Amino acid sequence: MLYISGTVSIQGNRIQRNGSAVSVPEVGGVPDFVTRVYEWLKPEYPKFYKMDLPSQLAFLAGEVLLRDLSLSGYDPAMIALTLTSASGSLDTDLRYAASARTMASPALFVYTLPNIAGGELCIRHKLKGENTFFITPAFDAPLLAGHVEQTLRIPGMEACIGGWIEAVDGHHDVFLYLAEKTKRGLAINHTAEELEKFYQSHYGTVDGGSEKTDHRGA
Amino acid sequence: MEQLMEDLKRQIIEALNLKHLKPEDIGNDQPLFVEGLGLDSIDALELIVLLQQQYGVKLDNPQEGPTVFRSIRTMAEFITTAKKASA
Repeated sequence: MLYISGTVSIQGNRIQRNGSAVSVPEVGGVPDFVTRVYEWLKPEYPKFYKMDLPSQLAFLAGEVLLRDLSLSGYDPAMIALTLTSASGSLDTDLRYAASARTMASPALFVYTLPNIAGGELCIRHKLKGENTFFITPAFDAPLLAGHVEQTLRIPGMEACIGGWIEAVDGHHDVFLYLAEKTKRGLAINHTAEELEKFYQSHYGTVDGGSEKTDHRGA
Repeated sequence: MEQLMEDLKRQIIEALNLKHLKPEDIGNDQPLFVEGLGLDSIDALELIVLLQQQYGVKLDNPQEGPTVFRSIRTMAEFITTAKKASA
Protein backbone atom coordinates (compact mmCIF):
# COMPACT_ATOMS: atom_id res chain seq x y z
CA MET A 1 0.00 0.00 0.00
CA LEU A 2 1.18 3.52 -0.83
CA TYR A 3 0.16 6.74 0.84
CA ILE A 4 0.06 10.40 -0.11
CA SER A 5 1.87 12.08 2.78
CA GLY A 6 1.54 15.66 1.59
CA THR A 7 0.72 17.85 -1.39
CA VAL A 8 1.48 21.38 -2.51
CA SER A 9 0.24 23.43 -5.43
CA ILE A 10 1.37 26.80 -6.71
CA GLN A 11 -0.95 28.36 -9.24
CA GLY A 12 -0.78 32.05 -10.03
CA ASN A 13 -0.16 33.93 -6.80
CA ARG A 14 -1.60 31.25 -4.57
CA ILE A 15 -0.15 28.31 -2.71
CA GLN A 16 -2.02 25.38 -1.23
CA ARG A 17 -0.53 22.81 1.10
CA ASN A 18 -2.48 19.62 1.74
CA GLY A 19 -5.50 21.28 0.16
CA SER A 20 -5.47 24.38 2.38
CA ALA A 21 -4.42 27.87 1.33
CA VAL A 22 -1.01 29.02 2.54
CA SER A 23 -0.69 32.71 3.29
CA VAL A 24 2.44 34.31 1.85
CA PRO A 25 3.23 37.60 3.61
CA GLU A 26 4.00 40.75 1.64
CA VAL A 27 7.71 41.54 1.51
CA GLY A 28 8.59 45.19 0.97
CA GLY A 29 10.28 45.91 -2.33
CA VAL A 30 9.72 42.42 -3.74
CA PRO A 31 7.22 42.75 -6.57
CA ASP A 32 7.15 39.25 -8.05
CA PHE A 33 5.38 36.41 -6.30
CA VAL A 34 8.05 33.76 -6.82
CA THR A 35 10.78 35.89 -5.21
CA ARG A 36 8.35 36.83 -2.42
CA VAL A 37 7.80 33.14 -1.61
CA TYR A 38 11.55 32.57 -1.59
CA GLU A 39 12.10 35.55 0.75
CA TRP A 40 9.36 34.23 3.02
CA LEU A 41 10.74 30.67 3.18
CA LYS A 42 14.33 31.92 3.62
CA PRO A 43 16.01 28.70 2.43
CA GLU A 44 19.38 30.50 2.07
CA TYR A 45 20.03 29.01 -1.36
CA PRO A 46 21.54 31.75 -3.57
CA LYS A 47 21.51 29.48 -6.61
CA PHE A 48 17.74 29.92 -6.62
CA TYR A 49 18.13 33.31 -8.30
CA LYS A 50 19.99 31.77 -11.22
CA MET A 51 17.35 29.13 -11.94
CA ASP A 52 14.76 29.45 -14.67
CA LEU A 53 11.10 29.70 -13.67
CA PRO A 54 10.18 25.99 -13.82
CA SER A 55 13.17 25.16 -11.62
CA GLN A 56 12.36 27.99 -9.20
CA LEU A 57 8.77 26.77 -8.91
CA ALA A 58 9.84 23.16 -8.43
CA PHE A 59 12.31 24.32 -5.78
CA LEU A 60 9.72 26.37 -3.88
CA ALA A 61 7.09 23.64 -4.08
CA GLY A 62 9.66 21.19 -2.71
CA GLU A 63 10.47 23.53 0.18
CA VAL A 64 6.80 23.85 1.17
CA LEU A 65 6.06 20.14 0.66
CA LEU A 66 8.99 18.84 2.68
CA ARG A 67 8.96 21.39 5.51
CA ASP A 68 7.29 18.92 7.87
CA LEU A 69 8.06 15.76 5.92
CA SER A 70 11.77 15.22 6.32
CA LEU A 71 13.32 12.63 4.04
CA SER A 72 16.46 12.33 6.13
CA GLY A 73 15.46 8.90 7.45
CA TYR A 74 15.69 7.35 3.99
CA ASP A 75 18.65 6.18 1.97
CA PRO A 76 18.85 8.90 -0.75
CA ALA A 77 19.07 6.16 -3.41
CA MET A 78 15.65 4.92 -2.33
CA ILE A 79 13.83 8.23 -2.94
CA ALA A 80 12.52 8.63 -6.48
CA LEU A 81 11.17 11.53 -8.50
CA THR A 82 8.50 11.50 -11.23
CA LEU A 83 7.66 14.84 -12.83
CA THR A 84 5.38 15.80 -15.70
CA SER A 85 4.82 18.94 -17.74
CA ALA A 86 3.18 20.04 -20.98
CA SER A 87 5.62 22.77 -21.97
CA GLY A 88 8.78 21.61 -20.24
CA SER A 89 11.49 24.21 -20.64
CA LEU A 90 9.90 25.89 -23.69
CA ASP A 91 10.08 29.43 -22.28
CA THR A 92 13.76 29.00 -21.46
CA ASP A 93 14.41 27.39 -24.85
CA LEU A 94 12.94 30.46 -26.57
CA ARG A 95 14.93 32.85 -24.40
CA TYR A 96 18.08 30.90 -25.15
CA ALA A 97 17.34 30.93 -28.88
CA ALA A 98 16.85 34.71 -28.67
CA SER A 99 20.17 35.13 -26.83
CA ALA A 100 21.90 32.99 -29.46
CA ARG A 101 21.07 35.58 -32.13
CA THR A 102 23.71 37.83 -30.56
CA MET A 103 25.70 35.82 -28.05
CA ALA A 104 24.34 32.59 -26.60
CA SER A 105 23.94 32.66 -22.83
CA PRO A 106 25.58 29.67 -21.06
CA ALA A 107 23.47 30.34 -17.95
CA LEU A 108 20.28 29.98 -20.02
CA PHE A 109 21.61 26.99 -21.93
CA VAL A 110 21.96 24.87 -18.81
CA TYR A 111 18.19 25.16 -18.21
CA THR A 112 17.12 24.16 -21.71
CA LEU A 113 15.96 20.72 -20.65
CA PRO A 114 12.70 20.11 -18.75
CA ASN A 115 14.23 17.65 -16.32
CA ILE A 116 16.66 20.25 -14.96
CA ALA A 117 13.82 21.30 -12.64
CA GLY A 118 13.88 17.76 -11.29
CA GLY A 119 17.65 17.95 -11.00
CA GLU A 120 17.38 21.04 -8.83
CA LEU A 121 14.97 19.19 -6.54
CA CYS A 122 17.34 16.22 -6.38
CA ILE A 123 20.31 18.41 -5.50
CA ARG A 124 18.38 20.32 -2.84
CA HIS A 125 16.84 17.28 -1.15
CA LYS A 126 19.54 14.72 -1.94
CA LEU A 127 17.29 12.45 -3.99
CA LYS A 128 19.32 9.81 -5.77
CA GLY A 129 16.67 7.27 -6.76
CA GLU A 130 14.86 6.63 -10.04
CA ASN A 131 14.23 9.91 -11.84
CA THR A 132 11.69 10.35 -14.64
CA PHE A 133 10.19 13.28 -16.52
CA PHE A 134 7.16 12.91 -18.82
CA ILE A 135 5.81 15.46 -21.28
CA THR A 136 2.02 15.15 -21.29
CA PRO A 137 -0.64 17.43 -22.82
CA ALA A 138 -2.20 18.15 -19.40
CA PHE A 139 -2.01 17.12 -15.76
CA ASP A 140 -2.47 13.36 -15.95
CA ALA A 141 -3.24 11.86 -12.55
CA PRO A 142 -3.55 8.23 -13.77
CA LEU A 143 -0.16 8.38 -15.51
CA LEU A 144 1.47 10.01 -12.51
CA ALA A 145 -0.07 7.62 -9.98
CA GLY A 146 0.72 4.63 -12.17
CA HIS A 147 4.35 5.53 -12.68
CA VAL A 148 4.93 6.40 -9.03
CA GLU A 149 3.44 3.05 -8.00
CA GLN A 150 5.57 1.22 -10.52
CA THR A 151 8.69 3.04 -9.32
CA LEU A 152 8.00 2.21 -5.70
CA ARG A 153 7.73 -1.47 -6.62
CA ILE A 154 11.50 -1.45 -7.22
CA PRO A 155 12.91 -3.38 -4.25
CA GLY A 156 14.05 -1.08 -1.46
CA MET A 157 12.39 2.08 -2.78
CA GLU A 158 10.75 4.01 0.04
CA ALA A 159 9.37 7.28 -1.25
CA CYS A 160 8.71 9.19 -4.43
CA ILE A 161 8.00 12.85 -5.12
CA GLY A 162 5.55 13.16 -7.99
CA GLY A 163 4.22 16.20 -9.71
CA TRP A 164 3.38 18.58 -12.51
CA ILE A 165 5.59 21.61 -13.27
CA GLU A 166 4.10 23.88 -15.88
CA ALA A 167 5.39 27.41 -16.51
CA VAL A 168 4.88 29.07 -19.85
CA ASP A 169 3.75 32.42 -21.29
CA GLY A 170 3.62 34.06 -17.87
CA HIS A 171 1.34 31.38 -16.37
CA HIS A 172 2.41 28.75 -13.92
CA ASP A 173 0.73 25.73 -12.47
CA VAL A 174 2.65 23.46 -10.14
CA PHE A 175 1.58 20.42 -8.15
CA LEU A 176 3.94 18.27 -6.08
CA TYR A 177 3.21 15.47 -3.68
CA LEU A 178 5.07 12.93 -1.61
CA ALA A 179 4.14 9.25 -1.89
CA GLU A 180 5.50 6.88 0.73
CA LYS A 181 5.16 3.30 1.84
CA THR A 182 5.09 4.52 5.43
CA LYS A 183 1.95 6.16 6.80
CA ARG A 184 2.56 9.75 7.93
CA GLY A 185 1.33 13.27 7.21
CA LEU A 186 -1.94 13.13 5.29
CA ALA A 187 -1.67 9.32 5.05
CA ILE A 188 -4.26 9.16 2.27
CA ASN A 189 -4.33 6.17 -0.04
CA HIS A 190 -2.28 6.84 -3.16
CA THR A 191 -4.77 6.79 -6.03
CA ALA A 192 -5.21 8.79 -9.22
CA GLU A 193 -8.60 9.98 -7.94
CA GLU A 194 -7.07 11.45 -4.78
CA LEU A 195 -4.32 13.15 -6.78
CA GLU A 196 -6.88 14.63 -9.16
CA LYS A 197 -8.93 15.83 -6.18
CA PHE A 198 -5.93 17.61 -4.63
CA TYR A 199 -4.89 19.09 -7.96
CA GLN A 200 -8.40 20.32 -8.66
CA SER A 201 -8.93 21.63 -5.13
CA HIS A 202 -6.77 24.62 -5.93
CA TYR A 203 -9.02 25.73 -8.74
CA GLY A 204 -12.10 25.00 -6.66
CA THR A 205 -11.07 27.57 -4.07
CA VAL A 206 -10.43 30.47 -6.41
CA ASP A 207 -12.44 33.48 -5.13
CA GLY A 208 -13.79 31.58 -2.18
CA GLY A 209 -14.92 28.59 -4.17
CA SER A 210 -17.27 30.39 -6.51
CA GLU A 211 -15.02 30.21 -9.51
CA LYS A 212 -13.33 27.22 -11.06
CA THR A 213 -10.67 27.96 -13.61
CA ASP A 214 -8.67 25.18 -15.12
CA HIS A 215 -5.44 26.27 -16.77
CA ARG A 216 -4.17 22.77 -17.27
CA GLY A 217 -1.74 22.51 -20.08
CA ALA A 218 -1.76 26.29 -20.58
CA MET B 1 39.13 52.42 -12.94
CA GLU B 2 36.71 53.08 -10.05
CA GLN B 3 33.84 53.75 -12.45
CA LEU B 4 34.68 50.64 -14.46
CA MET B 5 34.59 48.51 -11.30
CA GLU B 6 31.21 49.93 -10.32
CA ASP B 7 29.89 49.24 -13.82
CA LEU B 8 31.20 45.68 -13.68
CA LYS B 9 29.43 45.03 -10.38
CA ARG B 10 26.09 46.14 -11.81
CA GLN B 11 26.62 44.17 -15.01
CA ILE B 12 27.63 41.01 -13.16
CA ILE B 13 24.59 41.20 -10.89
CA GLU B 14 22.35 41.54 -13.92
CA ALA B 15 24.09 38.96 -16.13
CA LEU B 16 24.32 36.30 -13.41
CA ASN B 17 20.91 37.01 -11.87
CA LEU B 18 22.40 37.74 -8.46
CA LYS B 19 19.21 39.44 -7.33
CA HIS B 20 20.08 38.98 -3.67
CA LEU B 21 23.11 41.26 -4.04
CA LYS B 22 23.60 45.00 -4.46
CA PRO B 23 26.74 46.48 -6.06
CA GLU B 24 27.92 47.70 -2.65
CA ASP B 25 27.83 44.10 -1.38
CA ILE B 26 30.67 43.17 -3.72
CA GLY B 27 34.15 44.23 -2.67
CA ASN B 28 36.65 45.27 -5.34
CA ASP B 29 39.11 42.61 -4.17
CA GLN B 30 36.63 40.00 -3.00
CA PRO B 31 37.14 36.60 -4.69
CA LEU B 32 34.38 35.98 -7.22
CA PHE B 33 34.53 32.20 -7.16
CA VAL B 34 34.16 29.52 -4.50
CA GLU B 35 34.62 31.19 -1.12
CA GLY B 36 33.78 34.70 -2.31
CA LEU B 37 30.62 35.25 -4.31
CA GLY B 38 30.34 31.52 -4.87
CA LEU B 39 30.25 31.71 -8.65
CA ASP B 40 30.63 28.48 -10.63
CA SER B 41 31.93 27.31 -14.02
CA ILE B 42 28.74 28.34 -15.86
CA ASP B 43 29.09 31.81 -14.35
CA ALA B 44 32.65 31.91 -15.68
CA LEU B 45 31.31 31.33 -19.20
CA GLU B 46 28.73 34.06 -18.63
CA LEU B 47 31.52 36.44 -17.56
CA ILE B 48 33.41 35.70 -20.78
CA VAL B 49 30.23 36.59 -22.72
CA LEU B 50 29.86 39.77 -20.64
CA LEU B 51 33.41 40.90 -21.42
CA GLN B 52 32.81 40.36 -25.09
CA GLN B 53 29.37 41.95 -25.24
CA GLN B 54 29.94 44.94 -22.98
CA TYR B 55 33.58 45.71 -23.68
CA GLY B 56 34.46 43.97 -26.93
CA VAL B 57 37.24 42.13 -25.10
CA LYS B 58 37.97 38.46 -25.76
CA LEU B 59 39.62 36.07 -23.39
CA ASP B 60 41.73 34.19 -25.94
CA ASN B 61 43.64 32.04 -23.48
CA PRO B 62 41.33 30.05 -21.17
CA GLN B 63 44.32 29.50 -18.84
CA GLU B 64 44.07 33.19 -17.95
CA GLY B 65 40.51 32.75 -16.62
CA PRO B 66 41.31 32.17 -12.95
CA THR B 67 43.61 35.23 -12.91
CA VAL B 68 41.29 37.54 -14.86
CA PHE B 69 38.19 36.54 -12.93
CA ARG B 70 39.77 36.54 -9.50
CA SER B 71 38.03 39.75 -8.47
CA ILE B 72 36.29 42.85 -9.81
CA ARG B 73 39.64 44.66 -9.75
CA THR B 74 41.45 42.01 -11.82
CA MET B 75 38.61 42.04 -14.35
CA ALA B 76 38.78 45.83 -14.60
CA GLU B 77 42.58 45.69 -15.02
CA PHE B 78 42.23 43.08 -17.77
CA ILE B 79 39.66 45.19 -19.64
CA THR B 80 41.78 48.34 -19.32
CA THR B 81 44.93 46.58 -20.54
CA ALA B 82 43.12 44.88 -23.43
CA LYS B 83 41.53 48.14 -24.56
CA LYS B 84 44.86 49.94 -24.46
CA ALA B 85 46.49 47.16 -26.50
CA SER B 86 43.81 47.33 -29.17
CA ALA B 87 43.77 51.16 -29.37
